[in-house]
Amino acid sequence: MSKTNTVATLNDIQQQALKCAIQGGLPIDSRPYLRLAEMIGGSEQQVINCIEEWTNNGLIKRFGLVVKHHKLGYNANAMVVWNVPNDLVDEIGERIKQSGLVTLCYRRPRRLPDWNYNLFCMIHGKDRGQVLEQLEELKAACQLVGIEHDILFSYKQFKQCGGRFHKQHSQAPSTQWNIEKKAVNHG
Amino acid sequence: MDEIDRSIINQLQRGFPICERPYEEAANSLGISEADLIGRIESLLEDKTLTRFGPMYQIEKAGGAFTLAAMSIPEDEFDKVAEQVNQFPEIAHNYERVHKLNMWFVLGTESPEEIASTIERIEQETGYKVYNMPKLEEFYVGLYFPV
Repeated sequence: MSKTNTVATLNDIQQQALKCAIQGGLPIDSRPYLRLAEMIGGSEQQVINCIEEWTNNGLIKRFGLVVKHHKLGYNANAMVVWNVPNDLVDEIGERIKQSGLVTLCYRRPRRLPDWNYNLFCMIHGKDRGQVLEQLEELKAACQLVGIEHDILFSYKQFKQCGGRFHKQHSQAPSTQWNIEKKAVNHG
Repeated sequence: MDEIDRSIINQLQRGFPICERPYEEAANSLGISEADLIGRIESLLEDKTLTRFGPMYQIEKAGGAFTLAAMSIPEDEFDKVAEQVNQFPEIAHNYERVHKLNMWFVLGTESPEEIASTIERIEQETGYKVYNMPKLEEFYVGLYFPV
């Protein structure tokens, strides 16, 4: 197949259609980008370039498998929240990031008087014991001993889906909205 | 799930090739055939081990918005309110957690303005206050679940 070096970029309508087409998942086909190109009326190379561009500019954070962590035996998830002095948040957030012991670490606003925590982490583990061990390890590794914190284990998960983001058009059905009607109990 | 499934899950959570025959390329690095990889991914999607196989968007860059919100609901009202909240299509996931603030959910909308209006509608619908705790700074995101 001959390829020119100057592939015209997809127009806005095609790009929007492509965002929708892949948000529910990539076609499981040996030429997935060609299938997408056929759907949106572009060329395979244009689709490849466009998705590469989105990956480079950060619109796509990660392109790959999204797992159901409960199915993989990650049965405990805890939100660990800290009350960190404002002038130390950046330093401590950076330390937590370096530790490799959490799956997420964000700064969020306090909501006084009911909520005085401003740094949020998620720790996922096989069971609660493992999560608590990881928390102790985190405190030691990041010099967090003595900082007020709380650990909120999840008890039940009611719903999981991708969030409504790109409006679906009436073409390819998306797996995005398979909302679980059944609550999942976590130990 | 066998060893090969495990290595697929571990490797393809980290990324997927963007080229004409990406499954073939990924299969080569896993030491299996393209047909085998495609078949296994289909099975893993079918038995719900995988939710999907595609992009994770940086919502804010796409003009959309996400936030984490919490509510404090009395035990005997909890199920009723959870049902009311889950009716909203903007709710991405909703967890009961052990705390005075016992209901925690993520809202995803197509524009930042819709976050505030959705929260208002949830408060009206349920009669309970919603604590909005948007992300102010991201230090780390690495949702990686090795098996």
